[in-house]
Amino acid sequence: MGGLGEILKNLIRHPLGLAGSLIVFTLVLVAVLAPVVVPYNPLAINVAHVLEPPSRLHPCGTDLLGRDVLSRLIYGARISLEVGILAVGISLAIGVVLGAMAGYYGGWVDGLISRFIDIMLCFPTIFLILAVIAYLEPSILNIMIVIGLTSWMGVARLVRAEFLSLKEREFVLAERALGASNLRIIFHHILPNALPPILVSATLGVGSAILVESALSFLGLGVQPPTPSWGNMLTEGKDTLEIAWWLSVFPGLAILITVLGFNLLGEALQEITDPRRQGVSKS
Amino acid sequence: MWLWLLKRLAGLLITFWGITLISFFIIHLAPGEPISPMADFNPKFTPEMRERLRAQYGLDKPLYVQYLKWMKGLMTLDLGRSFAPDRRPVWEKIKERLPITLLINVLSMIIIFVVAVPLGVASAVREGSLFDRVTTVLVFIGYAMPGFWLALLLMMLLGIKWHLLPISGLHSLMGYEQMSFWEKVLDWAKHLIIPLFVSAFGGLAGLSRFMRSSMIEALRQDYITTARAKGLPERVVIYKHALRNALLPVITILGLSIPGLVGGSVIFESIFSIPGVGQLMWQAVMARDYPVIMGNLVIVSVLTLLGNLIADICYALADPRIRLGGR
Repeated sequence: MGGLGEILKNLIRHPLGLAGSLIVFTLVLVAVLAPVVVPYNPLAINVAHVLEPPSRLHPCGTDLLGRDVLSRLIYGARISLEVGILAVGISLAIGVVLGAMAGYYGGWVDGLISRFIDIMLCFPTIFLILAVIAYLEPSILNIMIVIGLTSWMGVARLVRAEFLSLKEREFVLAERALGASNLRIIFHHILPNALPPILVSATLGVGSAILVESALSFLGLGVQPPTPSWGNMLTEGKDTLEIAWWLSVFPGLAILITVLGFNLLGEALQEITDPRRQGVSKS
Repeated sequence: MWLWLLKRLAGLLITFWGITLISFFIIHLAPGEPISPMADFNPKFTPEMRERLRAQYGLDKPLYVQYLKWMKGLMTLDLGRSFAPDRRPVWEKIKERLPITLLINVLSMIIIFVVAVPLGVASAVREGSLFDRVTTVLVFIGYAMPGFWLALLLMMLLGIKWHLLPISGLHSLMGYEQMSFWEKVLDWAKHLIIPLFVSAFGGLAGLSRFMRSSMIEALRQDYITTARAKGLPERVVIYKHALRNALLPVITILGLSIPGLVGGSVIFESIFSIPGVGQLMWQAVMARDYPVIMGNLVIVSVLTLLGNLIADICYALADPRIRLGGR
């Protein structure tokens, strides 16, 4: 296992990894360049072109208010990525700190944190998120925070396990013999070695955070209209199921492809960085 | 085994206590208090009325007193009254909806288990074959598929386009009363097909994937080589020797998947208008009916906890190391 360059090189050689990277890269590009690449203003209402099926002018059709669906999908990509990445950032921050403390210090610290993780895992996540959201305004920021606060347990377990095995290794014992402080050992010596599995779990985490956000928005408890999000576009699709299939098909496809992209990338990263676990197909 | 069970039960009690603490924490540290939604939008609401209401709800007492009172209520299933105009006790509202949610979740667990295990075994036995590759692709799509979108697509195709299945509710609205018992059963079954499929779909992908790797792992063990070496037929090697051992971790995973499954009820129950706990939760959040929200959260987590306990007991019964050890 080499540096980042090596990982990237291996990723491109890996068929699933290549597919995943291409999807994620395209998505990020589209999201960043959204204002430049959209054919129409995603919020512009046009009563003359209401519920038009896909055509050359509107490749994904128009919605109830005559807004261009493709443009809304492109802006939706922005929201999804924002929520996915920031939610994962929050869950990583919590998960890494708690997991590192549990694994490194062991004893009652570990007992307490592990018990806390078990308890959090007993709550069906959607119920927990809904209970918290009920007290807050459903805004994009709140959603990211709540998803982050309820999804750190997997990372914490993983980091804990890594720390448990790494802290007994010779290079760590040597550092300690040389008088390095605990914090220095944790952040400078153990954490860098635990990075690959954290990276894998973060990549998979973005996918599942995007799924949760879209489900919440679909239920009317996430991103609020008129801001376009794939989830709330599907709410509209549900109401027009009988007359406008394109309103249900395209946003769902966008979610599916995006999550698939992150999952493929995550699985490929796992195979590349951890030769012990051959998760996916042998290519 | 009894010692093991006792230890598990003790752990369970601590977890239960933790669940109540976290739920209580959410109730009280969230901005705004439970009475503010009634008060904030009502111009006739005077500060005195607010104080009186606070006293009525016990919000003026110290936090630990409130927690003890809330815990006492919980033990007697007194979860307070709904904020909705009917003002019914929360437990009554949950109780009448619980059987439907439980039925759907238990059924979809059975479906997941019955479909995913053979699928995973077949993939593992033919590792690398075309069949294995196709299921792998399907599993990836299954992982990434938003359940509510799958629901919409099925409603669109099966319900609206081809008129094969009903797409909402638990039973027909018209003529249901006149049906005979078996017609009623058939009617329910028809209504449940799409919701069950949607609810089982996500878990299916995960469990078959897990079953596959667990089986591959088991087939690599020494005792499999031994079994083959002594000339046992391949069928016996796979189904008797490997499968038994590969199934053990699957039981644990099935237990761990309960929260996700139950969480999914919120989504498909609100899509298909199924009057279960998930739909109740969604409606309560939309209406900011805090007692119902918190009651739901606690009950559902406790049920999850019980589900985990059942999975643990199944594990103990299946694993001779626990079943026979510690007697």
